[in-house]
Amino acid sequence: MKLTLKIWRQKNATAQGKMETYQVSDISEHMSFLEMMDVLNEQLIAEGKEPVAFDHDCREGICGSCSMYINGQPHGPRQATTTCQLHMREFNDGDTIYIEPWRAKAFPVMKDLVVDRSAFDRIIQSGGYVSVNTSGNTLDANAIPIPKEDADEAFNAATCIGCGACVAACKNASAMLFVSAKVSQLSLLPQGQVERKERVLNMVDQMDKEGFGNCTNTGACSVECPKEISLENIARMNRDYLAASVTK
Amino acid sequence: MTKLDSKIPEGPIAQKWEHHKSSINVVSPANKRLIDVIVVGSGLAGASAAASLAEMGYNVKNFCFQDSPRRAHSIAAQGGINAAKNYQNDGDSVYRLFYDTVKGGDYRAREANVYRLAEVSANIIDQCVAQGVPFAREYGGLLDNRSFGGVLVSRTFYAKGQTGQQLLLGAYSAMSRQINKGKIKMYNRHEMLDLVLVDGKARGIIARNLVTGEIERHGAHAVVLASGGYGNVFFLSTNAMGSNVTAAWRAHRRGAFFANPCFTQIHPTCMPRSGDYQSKLTLMSESLRNDGRIWVPKEEEDAQAIREGRLKPTDLPEEKRDYYLERRYPAFGNLVPRDVASRAAKERCDAGYGVNKTGEAVYLDFSSAIMRYGREQATVQKLDNPTDDQIRALGEKVVASKYGNLFEMYEKINAENPYKTPMMIYPAVHYTMGGLWVDYNLMTTIPGCFAAGEANFSDHGANRLGASALMQGLADGYFVLPYTIGDFLSHDIRTGPISTDSPEFEQAEKDVRQHLESLLNNKGSKSVDYFHKRLGKVMWDKVGMSRNEQGLKEALDEIRQIREEFYKDVFVPGSLDELNPELEKASRVADFLELGELFAKDALERTESCGGHFREESQTEEGEALRDDENFTFVSAWEWTGDPRESKLHKEELVFNDIELKQRSYK
Ligand SMILES: Cc1cc2nc3c(=O)[nH]c(=O)nc-3n(C[C@H](O)[C@H](O)[C@H](O)COP(=O)(O)OP(=O)(O)OC[C@H]3O[C@@H](n4cnc5c(N)ncnc54)[C@H](O)[C@@H]3O)c2cc1C
Ligand code: SF4
Ligand code: FES
Repeated sequence: MKLTLKIWRQKNATAQGKMETYQVSDISEHMSFLEMMDVLNEQLIAEGKEPVAFDHDCREGICGSCSMYINGQPHGPRQATTTCQLHMREFNDGDTIYIEPWRAKAFPVMKDLVVDRSAFDRIIQSGGYVSVNTSGNTLDANAIPIPKEDADEAFNAATCIGCGACVAACKNASAMLFVSAKVSQLSLLPQGQVERKERVLNMVDQMDKEGFGNCTNTGACSVECPKEISLENIARMNRDYLAASVTK
Repeated sequence: MTKLDSKIPEGPIAQKWEHHKSSINVVSPANKRLIDVIVVGSGLAGASAAASLAEMGYNVKNFCFQDSPRRAHSIAAQGGINAAKNYQNDGDSVYRLFYDTVKGGDYRAREANVYRLAEVSANIIDQCVAQGVPFAREYGGLLDNRSFGGVLVSRTFYAKGQTGQQLLLGAYSAMSRQINKGKIKMYNRHEMLDLVLVDGKARGIIARNLVTGEIERHGAHAVVLASGGYGNVFFLSTNAMGSNVTAAWRAHRRGAFFANPCFTQIHPTCMPRSGDYQSKLTLMSESLRNDGRIWVPKEEEDAQAIREGRLKPTDLPEEKRDYYLERRYPAFGNLVPRDVASRAAKERCDAGYGVNKTGEAVYLDFSSAIMRYGREQATVQKLDNPTDDQIRALGEKVVASKYGNLFEMYEKINAENPYKTPMMIYPAVHYTMGGLWVDYNLMTTIPGCFAAGEANFSDHGANRLGASALMQGLADGYFVLPYTIGDFLSHDIRTGPISTDSPEFEQAEKDVRQHLESLLNNKGSKSVDYFHKRLGKVMWDKVGMSRNEQGLKEALDEIRQIREEFYKDVFVPGSLDELNPELEKASRVADFLELGELFAKDALERTESCGGHFREESQTEEGEALRDDENFTFVSAWEWTGDPRESKLHKEELVFNDIELKQRSYK
């Protein structure tokens, strides 16, 4: 198929960016979206031009690097799918596709489609862990049985890939879904109890410092989340936060 | 010349590690604060090493090229991690894990290292659970296990198909805690481009800030390379796009020996390629072989009909299917080790029984498992006379709970529903057993330069068993390296900070800058990928699953030819002082082009077959890999001499005291 691509080009963090138009042809429906971008980039290189910069690594939906805002949706039209797992069979011959970076104050654009998501790292650094040393002198792994339902729920929250689509999807650029996924994972497990209160307070505090917006419960984050992280996590975090605040 | 001293401790194998730990030099807590360590890599090996070293008190600098340490390639590991816990009470033990690993590696690994790995394996699981890693559990609340290839016990711990993600996030969180405390300084989007030696010791690195393009000097008392494997030398592999050999290769060029470069794992269960635009291959976890049965049609004409779309696999009756692994290897069946399963698939496809358009695919079929689980569930739920459809629906649920995300991934890529029609799979490059040569302390032949995880050669011999890389990465990083590095660093408590103003740093920085500038100023006509793809094709065709003398000799020349053309004709757009992904790729491919040649040379010199290294000249009558223990019971460790083809071979003889060398059999 033949496609028209409208892509955000921006030289660096301080430069002005704008949408540019490109044409690609011979796109197979079996290609992934990023393979289509590879075709475009090879074409640009052949013309002696600068290829479009974008983040990607695993290309199988798990590293959370890829981050394209495609036709007004983070990661494009298919539900529960990252950009790298999106395939061209979702598009039709002759389509025009708009491709932009994540837009959020806390995720400044660095170049073209590449944004700076280190705010997420700093939120985890503020408390997204269990403070246990890696000495190996811990309890036997089976010493504390954990009900399967709790373990599964913690796992579901822990499948967040830190991509930032939730922020990009939210009209307030809130990071609540991301933060609540980590808070929930650890709140659901016995190992996370000791630091439960401190953790939620610190992480929310850091989230606010990074300039993410407030949550107004519109739920767009969860709809666009490639890992279908549930809104229940936000509710759980709010309860934890409230409980921690009153006993502080 | 450096002598290869593996530093294997004295004494019986079961006591070597304990004994070693208590007899090597250590650095006191107060002195650790005076010592800086650079860790390159934030995968399982790097993140766990960085966190542990920082907890012990060292000042750590960690580097990764992704935008966050959490995105290291380890995140993509699917199936699980081994540990000799014997929770299933099926007779597992440290010795059995040790034995399985040595045998699985076709007797080309160092016994003492493998035993230590098995010994610390159980601790890894305890550690991860304490960190809040949500492993799969049974209804009783205890940890669940599954089986992987090449073993007869159930010792693999898992978190659905995202085990690597969960383990890495555990290590990343431990690291984050130390970053918060200021004990680790994190350098995201930085790429190490050279190792700096001062007075013969590794004292720092040159790294490029991938955002600003700045070339930076970083000094430390020791450098740990945990930079992953080099499977992308084949262009197409299951590795992440950025995985590369650069860190290890630059260390090699500075004097670190490179061991067994030709030992590569071709994984049997990956999605077949679909076209020339293909940028990577996707793994379908080995765990699927617990329940999936592998087959091709018995008759060639049926295979042909399937290829042409005239026949559906589901319409082919049982008796017309050839479950070739079950037929050839009745004891292990679908769970033979990876090298054996991959070659068997290639053999069937080469013989004309392949099932997709390219003729390069076999089936992985879950219908038997779905019905079996369905019947079990029907009994549990006390259904009277359930219909086949009811049974199937129940069974699909069970299968979904085990492998749901893998099935979804398959469907996203192939647009076919694997619950209803068998998956198509084909072998693909997956893991590299070879890597930097290290001694028992995980130190390379450069004093002060250590290698951990997939970047070293240490534990898997000529073939790695499933779920053992995650185990090794975390064992190295959490439990081995943080102790063994003390033996070297104990001499540095009075050294003081390493200055980066020395001529050595200056020269190294200059070399790096010149190399990058020459790539940018080349103004050729072809993209980096053009050369990378050509290299990959030579590697796959002539240095891939099956190798012979003539092909390898041709490969040596062809790779050199591609390298020469690369330097004449590559075009790298953009400039040095900006975010420039093409420049990053160019510098990585330049190193792959040298490694490729050494790889082919290593494969040529090792005229035996062993594990994943199959020389057509050396096979049994049944077509199995035939080792030549008399002449090849050694590790090949190559010394850089300025030209990959002229590299100098050093041999570390392997001595087997605790396991008898035998022809591997999975029949
Ligand atoms: C799809 C897939 C599934 C797998 N599943 C399993 C499984 O189920 N069980 C199992 O045991 N094994 C599995 N493996 C193998 C296993 O995942 C890897 O061997 C292991 O994760 C490697 O870990 P590592 O820490 O050594 O390196 P990696 O995780 O590859 O990390 C390398 C790190 O080094 C950094 N780096 C590299 N070069 C540089 C440089 N020059 N400068 C700065 N930083 C650099 C990277 O940024 C990264 O942080 C799988 C592999 C693949 C490909
Ligand atoms: S919650 Fe979902 S959208 Fe947000 S970072 Fe995690 S995986 Fe991405
Ligand atoms: S590239 Fe890793 S999730 Fe898309």
